[in-house]
Amino acid sequence: MHELLPLLKQLWLVWFLVLFLGIVFWAFRPGAKRRFEANAMIPLNDDPSPARNNR
Amino acid sequence: MGVAIADGAYGGAGQTAAPVEAYHEDVVRAFVVAAMFWGIAAFAAGVYIAFQLAFPDLNLGLEWTTFGRLRPLHTSAAIFAFGGSALIGSSLYVVQRTCRAPLFGGREWGWFIFFGYQLFIVMAATGYLLGITQGKEYAEPEWYVDLWLTIVWVVYLVVFVGTIIKRREPHIYVANWFYLAFILTIAMLHIVNNAALPVSLTGTKSYVAWAGVQDAMIQWWYGHNAVGFFLTAGFLGMMYYFIPKAAQRPIYSYRLSIIHFWALIFLYIWAGPHHLHYTALPDWTQTLGMVFSVVLWMPSWGGMINGIMTLSGAWDKLRTDPSLRFSVTAVGFYGMSTFEGPVMSVKAVNGLSHYTDWTIGHVHSGALGWVAFICFGMIYYLVPVLWKKQRLYSARLVEWHFWTATVGIVFYITAMWVSGIMQGLMWRAYDEYGFLQYSFVETVQAMHPYYVIRGIGGLLFLTGAILMVINLIRTVTSSPALEPVTQGAAVAAE
Repeated sequence: MHELLPLLKQLWLVWFLVLFLGIVFWAFRPGAKRRFEANAMIPLNDDPSPARNNR
Repeated sequence: MGVAIADGAYGGAGQTAAPVEAYHEDVVRAFVVAAMFWGIAAFAAGVYIAFQLAFPDLNLGLEWTTFGRLRPLHTSAAIFAFGGSALIGSSLYVVQRTCRAPLFGGREWGWFIFFGYQLFIVMAATGYLLGITQGKEYAEPEWYVDLWLTIVWVVYLVVFVGTIIKRREPHIYVANWFYLAFILTIAMLHIVNNAALPVSLTGTKSYVAWAGVQDAMIQWWYGHNAVGFFLTAGFLGMMYYFIPKAAQRPIYSYRLSIIHFWALIFLYIWAGPHHLHYTALPDWTQTLGMVFSVVLWMPSWGGMINGIMTLSGAWDKLRTDPSLRFSVTAVGFYGMSTFEGPVMSVKAVNGLSHYTDWTIGHVHSGALGWVAFICFGMIYYLVPVLWKKQRLYSARLVEWHFWTATVGIVFYITAMWVSGIMQGLMWRAYDEYGFLQYSFVETVQAMHPYYVIRGIGGLLFLTGAILMVINLIRTVTSSPALEPVTQGAAVAAE
């Protein structure tokens, strides 16, 4: 195990890539769609800014 | 600390009748005013030094007014004073609204950030004029100013994260991720790049801890990530709140926002070496920087697509809402300069473009087109909201601002493209005996007309910004006040 450690450290690019791909898969998982739609509404669910409505 | 219901102070409007602590908007208002003030100062300084390059007599023969001292004054005023005030102010507004929680630390900490940051600006700027500088580009302030900024920045980080922690909205909206990435990364860059040993505790002079090529690499690791996290991530946070808000539509794809956020984070940090092509920096490091810069093009365009496509189905708003036009044009310029950047980071192109005016043109298509325009969009949206006005004083004046500024940018960047590429070609031209064809001063003479055009472009941009300030002062003083039902209800509840 001790001998493997330097090798594993050298592969940082691979680990970052794996981590990033994990994020991509997490974002694209089918169950996430409705959650993301709700999240996107956060700024708009704020009290509506009346300054805009009178334009 | 005010525990009162003011207009617009509801957390999760209508969910509860219990009084909640009001959002702290005074400090946001102060930052918006400061941003406009420093914006005018930065643009005016820029116009002046642009004409100094065309007409050297404008150096006035005084050490305090030479180009060398005014240039960092201009860049710092534009990036840190104008851009920084707009970023900090808008982030404090957005984090309260999207977390539905008032600022952590309350009014006092908010005001400390405001006055602390303004003191940093004044200390840095006066230092430049007196010739006090570390000589590191975009990190010119000396050690005592750096230490003060560190304190202010840590308080800012604590206030921002504290507000996120006490949020009443379960999810942390994506704008806050970008703002947080900006705050955290700038803290790290600032501390590492400015590690220095003062000569004495009562003197202004210090020596940077790093030396040689390591110093150069750390400086451009700092410099490019200041572009990536101050001028990009921070303003993307602004985009992710103010474009949906002004367009009254959710962001085009929340999924895309997550992916391009993490792609930016993973990639940007490696792109710095492209500032050091063909230097003592090892070749592999230069190539690494180049590759990451080219790959960076994808997440940048992810952000651009997300911003622009938010208007899909509502393009007519661009015609009727001039402030939204600023924000969307800003995103267009963002897409343009993040395409130009990767091209310029390719070593072969860089061999032509580096040290020429092309770089200055590239920086300004980002600074004027993206950073300043997204700020203008934010300010035009925020001033009527913060001062509780029905609308801006004049939409026509905003249109005048938009077109003078846009024409100004086009003058500026096209003049610098022509001038820069010509300069690069003249530097590398050889005659039939293998001698350099042009002396340096011949290249300077050839650039004179383009320097004049650039100055005129800057003047147009400054004129537009002055129109904005006039418009906003009239908005605050004479635009009809907002008197909707909610205000009456709030008074009744009190």
